[in-house]
Amino acid sequence: MTRLRALSRVVMLVLVLAVVLYPLVWVLGSALKSPTEITSNQSVWPEEVTWSNFTVGWGYIPGVSFGRFFWNSFLIAGASVLANCVSCLLTAYAFARLKFFGRRGWFALMIVTLLLPGHVLIIPQYVMFHEFGWVDTPLPLIVPKLLATEAFFVFLMVQFMRGIPRELDDAAKIDGSGPYRIFWHVIAPLARPALITTAIFSFIWTWNDFFAQLVYLPSVRSYTVPIALRLFVDSSGQTSLGPMLAMSVLSLLPVFLFFLAFQRFLVQGISTSGLKG
Amino acid sequence: MVLTTATRPEAAAAPPAPPRRRSRRNAGRRQEGLAGYVFLSPWLIGLMAVTAFPVLFSLYLSFTDYDILSSWDMLNWVGTANYEKIFTTDPIFWKSVRVTLTYALIAIPLKLTASLGVALLLNRERRGIGLFRSAFYLPSLLGGSVALALVWVAIFNGEGSFNSFLSLFGLQGEPWINDPDWALGTLMVLSVWQFGGPMVIFLAGLKQVPTELYEAASVDGASRVRQFFHVTLPMLSPVIFFNLVLETIHGFQGFTSAYVISNGTGGPVYSTKIYTLMIYDKGFTDFQMGYASALAWIFLAAIGLITVVFFSTGRFWVHYSDGGES
Repeated sequence: MTRLRALSRVVMLVLVLAVVLYPLVWVLGSALKSPTEITSNQSVWPEEVTWSNFTVGWGYIPGVSFGRFFWNSFLIAGASVLANCVSCLLTAYAFARLKFFGRRGWFALMIVTLLLPGHVLIIPQYVMFHEFGWVDTPLPLIVPKLLATEAFFVFLMVQFMRGIPRELDDAAKIDGSGPYRIFWHVIAPLARPALITTAIFSFIWTWNDFFAQLVYLPSVRSYTVPIALRLFVDSSGQTSLGPMLAMSVLSLLPVFLFFLAFQRFLVQGISTSGLKG
Repeated sequence: MVLTTATRPEAAAAPPAPPRRRSRRNAGRRQEGLAGYVFLSPWLIGLMAVTAFPVLFSLYLSFTDYDILSSWDMLNWVGTANYEKIFTTDPIFWKSVRVTLTYALIAIPLKLTASLGVALLLNRERRGIGLFRSAFYLPSLLGGSVALALVWVAIFNGEGSFNSFLSLFGLQGEPWINDPDWALGTLMVLSVWQFGGPMVIFLAGLKQVPTELYEAASVDGASRVRQFFHVTLPMLSPVIFFNLVLETIHGFQGFTSAYVISNGTGGPVYSTKIYTLMIYDKGFTDFQMGYASALAWIFLAAIGLITVVFFSTGRFWVHYSDGGES
């Protein structure tokens, strides 16, 4: 009886898993089909593996190759990772370990900004950055992250730092260390797991981000991968389906590789802090 | 503020300590207070410049006809005209509100149910269970991307593989994403498909439920169904609440998939014109920044209201085992 129950549980899991993973297997299989096969062969696996979709897709947009878009995306995502890690670590240290006038009030305000929808901020921010002459540069996408505006990561690191034993600070204080030395020699090294989680999610979210990049990067040469991918829809003929899927596969690849390498951190990070994926 | 009023009288009442030690301790405290603000400064600047000022600026803009194209001296204060127009004559506003609410009211409960269901299936210590857990989580990472939205279009259009699948059973499919009755449905499926995020949080919550409760319940002869409703659900209610708040806020802010699937139009016939798409459209296609700001402020007020409603009704059904307020 219990064995039967266990078996049915596994069967159900496998069935759900098949449904969940189907779109991903499908996009991979279809990207490897030739243009004629893509419409005729409805099976997931290609009869004959062709790579032409990738070469056609790479140069699909006249004048600019996907290499450029990937470079832009990597640049922005890389800068965001660095900016988030540094700024959120500094902020979290203040909230988690230092006593200062007004700390509770500021912390409450930080939590409120967590709930503030980006769509409310985008118009005034756009007007501001437009006045600065920053539109069509990566600056509007990076500078706010230097200022710890991703409150999720601050929150995550505060939660983590609260778990670091106070005795370590006290020992350092007795040795004559001030808050700066404690930060640099005690807290920052110990906060590494939280930093790694922040780095991974920063990368993936920035890589997948569409809204802000769509608004701030209007010219083709500054496009990132998601913005460029959208161009395949504008001319939605069946012939572009293969190249579109091929480029989609390539754009999913960095996130997928991150997932494979860091899945332990990802799943832990999500369950301890309630971060969104 | 609380900190200083609490510490000051205490310091005054304390017997005078040896002068050198006290000054050193005060110096240490002052140094720490100063350091606090030094470490906080990037965030404080960000709060003022990138959050607080824009929020207030947007409120101001919402009472103007600002259009970004003309210079600042051309800007007119129009009072509440934008708001009046939105609520009375805008032909798309109420449609968009309906689309957004339909999406939220159907997709969020489905997503939470799916995530709880799979979490219950996964809540067993067994070899290889981690692999399942990770695989179910993968769509949550990829799902918000443009690439997956494009894949969705390819799967759910008239000639897509979903219809080929249906034809295996002799069923006649629809051109799902091009049908005004079904387009929003495909968006919902995409959102439910990313159930991995709340699922992982549910799993963490299920691990916290003490096994003694189940043992006691089965000694009392409670069936598995009864155990679920009388042990699991109440014990899990804080996590359900947390996921509900998170998913609601997240659900209202969906943008990428609706934009990509409708090619930026919110079509067919406004059926996927979710609220954020309308804000984007007014602001960045029509360049009516003032009007778009008014739309954004209504959005902000609505989300604020929903959050308040959640937190004020939460105490009626959220059960904390320690009796405290989380």
